[in-house]
This record gives sequence, C-alpha cells and structure tokens, in this order.
Amino acid sequence: MIKLVVNGTPHEIGAAPDTPLLYVLRNDLGLTGPKFGCGLGQCGACMVHVDGVAVRSCTTPVSSAARGAITTIEGLGTPDKPHPVQQAFIEEQAAQCAYCINGMIMATAALVARNKQPTREQIRSTLNANLCRCGTHMRIVRAVEKAAALSLAQGSGGDDD
Amino acid sequence: MTSDLSRREFVEKSGLLVIGFAMSRSLRFAPGEAKSAVLPPAANQVDSWLTVAADGSVTVFSGKVELGTGVSTALRQIVAEELDVPFERIAWVQGDSDRTVDQGSTVGSQTVKRGGAQLRQAAAEARAALLELASAKLGAPVDNLVVANAVVSVRGTNDRHVTYAELIGGKRFERTVSGKAKVKAPSEYKVVGKPMPRVELPAKMTGRHVYVHDVRVDGMLHGRVIRPASIGAKLLSVDDSALRGVRGARVLRKADFLGVVAEREEDAIKAAKAVKATWSESQTLPDQQTLHDTLMRIPATDRVSTDSGDVPASISRAAKKVSARYRWPFQMHASIGASCAVADVKRDSATIWSSTQGAHALKGALASFLGLAPESVHVVWTEGSGCYGHNGSDDAAADAALMSQLAGTPVRVQWSRADEHGWEPKGVAMVMDVSAGLDESGKITGWDYAVWTPTHSSRPGGGAGSANLLAAQLAGAVPASRPSLGGDRNSRHTYAIPSTRVVAHLLESAPVRTSSFRGLGSPQNSFANESFMDELAVAANVDPVEFRLRHLTDPRAIAVVRAAAKLANWQPRVSHATSSTKGRGFGFVQYEGTEAYVAAAVDVDVDESAHSVRVTRVCVAHDCGLIVNPNGLKNQIEGNVIQAISRTLKEQVSFDHARVTSLDWRAYDILRFNEIPESIEIELIDHPEAPSVGAGEATSSPIPGAIANAIFDATGKRLRDVPLRL
Repeated sequence: MIKLVVNGTPHEIGAAPDTPLLYVLRNDLGLTGPKFGCGLGQCGACMVHVDGVAVRSCTTPVSSAARGAITTIEGLGTPDKPHPVQQAFIEEQAAQCAYCINGMIMATAALVARNKQPTREQIRSTLNANLCRCGTHMRIVRAVEKAAALSLAQGSGGDDD
Repeated sequence: MTSDLSRREFVEKSGLLVIGFAMSRSLRFAPGEAKSAVLPPAANQVDSWLTVAADGSVTVFSGKVELGTGVSTALRQIVAEELDVPFERIAWVQGDSDRTVDQGSTVGSQTVKRGGAQLRQAAAEARAALLELASAKLGAPVDNLVVANAVVSVRGTNDRHVTYAELIGGKRFERTVSGKAKVKAPSEYKVVGKPMPRVELPAKMTGRHVYVHDVRVDGMLHGRVIRPASIGAKLLSVDDSALRGVRGARVLRKADFLGVVAEREEDAIKAAKAVKATWSESQTLPDQQTLHDTLMRIPATDRVSTDSGDVPASISRAAKKVSARYRWPFQMHASIGASCAVADVKRDSATIWSSTQGAHALKGALASFLGLAPESVHVVWTEGSGCYGHNGSDDAAADAALMSQLAGTPVRVQWSRADEHGWEPKGVAMVMDVSAGLDESGKITGWDYAVWTPTHSSRPGGGAGSANLLAAQLAGAVPASRPSLGGDRNSRHTYAIPSTRVVAHLLESAPVRTSSFRGLGSPQNSFANESFMDELAVAANVDPVEFRLRHLTDPRAIAVVRAAAKLANWQPRVSHATSSTKGRGFGFVQYEGTEAYVAAAVDVDVDESAHSVRVTRVCVAHDCGLIVNPNGLKNQIEGNVIQAISRTLKEQVSFDHARVTSLDWRAYDILRFNEIPESIEIELIDHPEAPSVGAGEATSSPIPGAIANAIFDATGKRLRDVPLRL
C-alpha cells in the first residue's frame, strides 16, 4: 500500500509504485480535475502541485509524489469559493474547451505563490510548455496578470498550507 | 442551477442511476439495464425543446452541443430572451440521442445560426402558448398581457398576474412549433447581445466539470487499442504470453482490430505494450517531398462552380499576367485531450458516452456496427477536449463499443497521444493554382482558379453507416466511398471581376484518411486567393487595402476592410518588398461567400538569418450579423487567430511510406506562449437587423494569406507553401 496526502486528506492506495500519479488521482481518488493529455509530460494538462511545485502527474510515479503534500485543482478552490487564480480565470473568461486549463491554473498558482508580480515575459515563459489548442492564450496571460494582482491584494497565493 | 454540468445535474439530465462514491469527482453510473427502444424527439413539438418544471425552472433540450465555443451560453441567451425567463433558471440537456432533437451535427459554424433559430422559434411558440393560458386564467386579452421573468401580468395592474410555473409547471405544452409564433424585434433584446459569462466556466476552472474522460461506469474495464504498425496493415499473429505478468489483462480481437482490457488503467497501458503483434505491412504513402504532385495525379471529378465571361481571353489580352501555385499540407486537429469514450454494450442494447459532434449520426453508425436496432442504442454526448472538426472522438466511441461487446462488460477507451496524432482524420492537403490579368488601370480583368482537394468529410453515419469508423474498418468494413466534399469552400472569392472561372478537382482518394477540420477548404483557398490578391496589388503598384476596395461592391465587405485598416492604423503604400525586419499584410474573406465578413491586418517581425517569423499584432474587423454574446464572439475570433497563426507557420503532418510519423507534441508542435502576438485587437460590427451567422471558423480564413503578405512586405520573399518557412 502507498500512503499519500492529497488536498490535506491522507489515503492508502493499492497501486504499483511506478503507477503515474495521474491515474491514482483520477481513478482511485476520483479527482478528475487533472487531465490526461499526452502521457509524455509534453502538454501540461495533468499538472498538480507536490509541495507547492507544479509537476506533470502523467510522468510522476505515485511513489515519488507520495513523499510530498499533493494538491490538485479541486484542492485550490470551489465554484462557490474559488482560489484567486481560479477567480481571475473566470473573470477573464480565459477558456474555451478548458481541457488544458487545469495545467494553466496549477502552473499559475505555483508561479504567483513565488512571484507576486510576474512580468509578461515571466508569465509566457512559465506557461510555454503548457499547450492550448483553442487559442485562448491572450486571455490566459491576462488572467495570470489578474491572478497575481488578486493574490497580492488578498495576501494569498499559496495553496499548500 | 447556473453551473452548466455539475455532476448532479449531469446525472439528473442523463436519467441514469448514480451510485454513491463519496470521494469521487467523476461520475459513476450503474451499468444500464437493457433499455427500451426510444425514438428521438420530434422537431415540430414544443415539448421536444423545452419543459417548465413545477418550480418554474426551464430545461432546454439541444441537439447542438458545447464544443468549447460557448454556444450553450449563447443559445441559453436566445431562449431566455424569447421565453422571458431568467437566464440563470435555464438548465441544459445537450446531444442526447434519446432526449434531444436531431438538429444535425454540431458543425460548420451553424449552431447559433440554425440551432439558435430553431430554439428561438420553439421558445416563441412556448411563450405564445403561455400567453394564451394566462389570458384564460386572468380574463384579459393576450394583447393586454406583459411578461417579465416568467411572470405574466395584466398591463397596468399590480395584482393580476400568474407565473409560468402556475400555468404549466410540470405539464406538457402539447403544441406544434408552427414556425409562425411572433419573435421579438432585436430592438427589444435585453439578454441577447450581452456579454454573459460562460455558464460552465466556474466548474471548468475548479476541476468539477465532467468531460467524457471523467465518466466511470461500475464494472468498467480500461481499454487500450493496439494500432496497426502501418496504414492498412493486416494482423498476422498475436503473442500475448507476456500478458501473464499484467494483472487481469486480456486481449480482445476481431479480425485486424486488436485491443486489451484491464481493471486498472495503468495495467491496460502496460498490457498494450506487452502484447506482441505481427502485422503485414505495406507502403501505401507517397514521398512526402512530392506529396502535392502526387495529389494532382489522383483521379478526380471536376466541378466548375463559376465560369463567367471569356476567362482565357480576358487574361491573355490583359496588360499584365500573373500566376502562382500555392500548397497546403496535411494538418491535425491536435486536440489537447486524446480522444476517449465509454461504452456499455449488452446483447440487445447499448449506451455510449462520447464527445462526438453528432450523437444521432453516431448512434446510427454504431447500431449498424454492433448489429443492434438504432432505437436500442443510446449515445450520451459528453463534452470532450476541443475538436475543431472531426477528430478521434467517433473512432474512440467505436473502439469502446466493440471492446465492450467483445468483453461483455462496460469498457472505457482512452487513446494515447500517438493514437490521436497518428490516427485522427487529418485536415486536408491541397494545391491551388491561380492566374489573372490586370488592365492598364490596375483592375483585374479575369481570374482563373483551380484547386486539387481530397474530401473534407468522412464522418460516420448517414449513408456511410459504420464504414468510416476505424474499428469497423479493422474489423473488416470497407471504407465508404463518398463524394469529395468541402474542398471548394471559398474557392470563389468575393471580389467583383468580369471574367472568373473556378474549377475544383475533387480527388477520389487520399493517401491518408482526411476529414473536416475548421473551415474545411476555406483557409486553404483563402490563403491562395488573399496571397494572390497581394501579388496582384504589387503587380499593379497599388496599396493592398485600396486594391481590395477597388474590387469589392458589398457594403458590409467594404465596411470590414475599412474597419480593420483603421484599427491597424494602416498607412496606404505599395508593399515594400525590401529587406526589413518588420512587415504588415492584409486579408479579407466573406466566409463561404455567404456568411461572416472578416478582414485582418497582421504585423510580423522577421529574422531572415534565423529563419524566424513572429506575428506581433493582429487587428480583426468582424461582421456576423446579430451578435448574441460579444465576449464569446471575441473569444472565438482570438482562438481562430492563434490557431490560424499556428497552422500557417508551424504545422504539417509528417509521414514515411507506411505511416504518420509525427506522433507527439515535439514532432507536431503548435503555437506556444512565447510565440503569441503582443496583441489581438478586434472590432465587432453588429448588425442586429441581419440574422446571426457563424463565427466559429470564419477568422481562420483571412489570417494565413495576411501572414504571407506581411512576410513579403518585410522581406520581398513570396512564400506559397504552408507552413511558411523563410
């Protein structure tokens, strides 16, 4: 059995240690916010936080992720009480199909937790390995800028406490 | 009920039993009992389109579905407006083959135009029925009644009113949609035209939205398909001895279809890798370097869509003659989520959860594939990753259906990235030839256009039955021969030219499977037409915007061209055609010749030594008639701009003689954040008096030519092969 803590809740999972974290989250824990996009670590749709760092759960073995505190997009906020980053994405209407948005939000939350005032260049470079096919990039960049401002205003931005 | 597809609502609307799973964010369904035969609702009945519950909430049943473009919000606005109910009290059921009207597939930028018009009529009819009921109840003529927020009142009174819920809550309308119910005048609109926030975004932004990838059925196995080693390969033998090391995994086979199932998803992936399959391979693909020459030799049916005046004479007698050939490669829909489906196939019935664009068409195709009566097959559309046309969604549904039938249990099939990149139907490679003449004054005298195009439509269903589904082909079906469709879209431009000939060579086959991708042939043909207009403007020594205006007569076309030029602060001049690091180009298209008008000015930065092009600024003017939701519309325009830049500068499918070789995001890369423009500026031109036409595709068409023109403006190099490479 593998013990892991996800969104503050401890779990014991009967999966092989090399199982990608993504499948444990989605299939054992029913946390389907992280998405399967490529299974290759190339697109970012599967991002989660491990100890506050955005990682690609499709290529992260559950055994190594289990050593840290795992946060998924469900753990950031809810429709009624969204995290500032989620709030900013909603306000900017920064999605179309939104399949990629899990990764965009998780990457952004990790960014603004460390850098309260990221430049546009820093935002682009942070998201450069996250792919969006609908072409919502302009709105996503605006949403990240708003997220940073909201986080700064609320003195928040960390999500793993 | 504002969250579009909360789990609870999804389950309620799906009419399926939910099994408690306390921690689950996903949906769990009990395996459905054998369903009784159901016919889809009739389009001419109000009850097929909407219901008013006892609590006054309204549920709309839409055959058109949300592909990520915001239509479920825009269509709600139309219903809220016409029915006079609060926007947030409308719940939505979409794409359910048992419960929604067959409005045709969600394709071709037709959802607001056609689907919206149908819903508007149904809502107007329902409102008329409610007014008649209220008239009887309140004892006042209909003309004396007013409606607001689902409450009917006698004009000028405070106490004589009745709610929709009191009038019909929980009961049926039993009324035909006559098509004659009075609809509101656009001047009365309060909800249509407003930038309503997308209904499902809070759920999407918090990981609660249910995609087809998130559907779970009790007793479900995870399936993976083992793809042939090459296109058309036959399965010679299977060695599954290595499967013994993988928990609960087993092989499923029917003819050349080979798959594995396991209880755990990671085990299914391991099993698919462990099975050793031997295939008879064949080399069916042409040399990629000479693909377009190959296309031009494929037998074709020629269709002349326009032949006015004496084209050969008008060009041969012209003061100047110009001709050019343009080429476009195979491209991918490249959905971020690889396709997925869940199927529960029983002896006499089946339920399939799919992100198909056409639940009803897929239902017919799967019924014939599974050997079931169509009425016994239930397709439950569930949102997928954005598709932009015919991606792997339908094929994944057939994979899941076949594997469920073979396994005797519900099966979920998740395609790998290589499955999607390698086997999704491809956007179409085309060749476009143009010749034209110019007179002394710089007017075009004649225009001769030819396009070579494989089909842009190989969807399942209809006359094709199941034969266009990959699983059916692997199981022995012969792909349906369908007339080449869509390749001549926008082959005829909108400019007024005395003599014009347009011929489409509709190819009878293609080296790879092709189907609908955003705009069908329009981006390709518009790339050729708009590049060529620029070549002519240079030859005529005229500013490219002015040159277009000289050949346009439609006031709405002229208006968008002027608006885009103004937005970009376009300075009239002949294209520089000199070595420079900056350039700007222009493009204009009226989509399909009858739909949205779009003009775009594009700025580029080029670095010839690094062979790099970056689009830095795009200014778009857009007229699609009545605007339903300006924010959603801008989102679509921005998305088309970014995707079109990506397609124009970066994308082409690679293949060797046997198979597609661009199987991941490194081999088939799309535009990234470091490559997006600094700004996309949009001017929406609203025409409330004109019917809404689609906006989901139109802007993809003028962008490719505008980029090529901007590169020419900067460098003097005329790039005619997409992806444009310096």
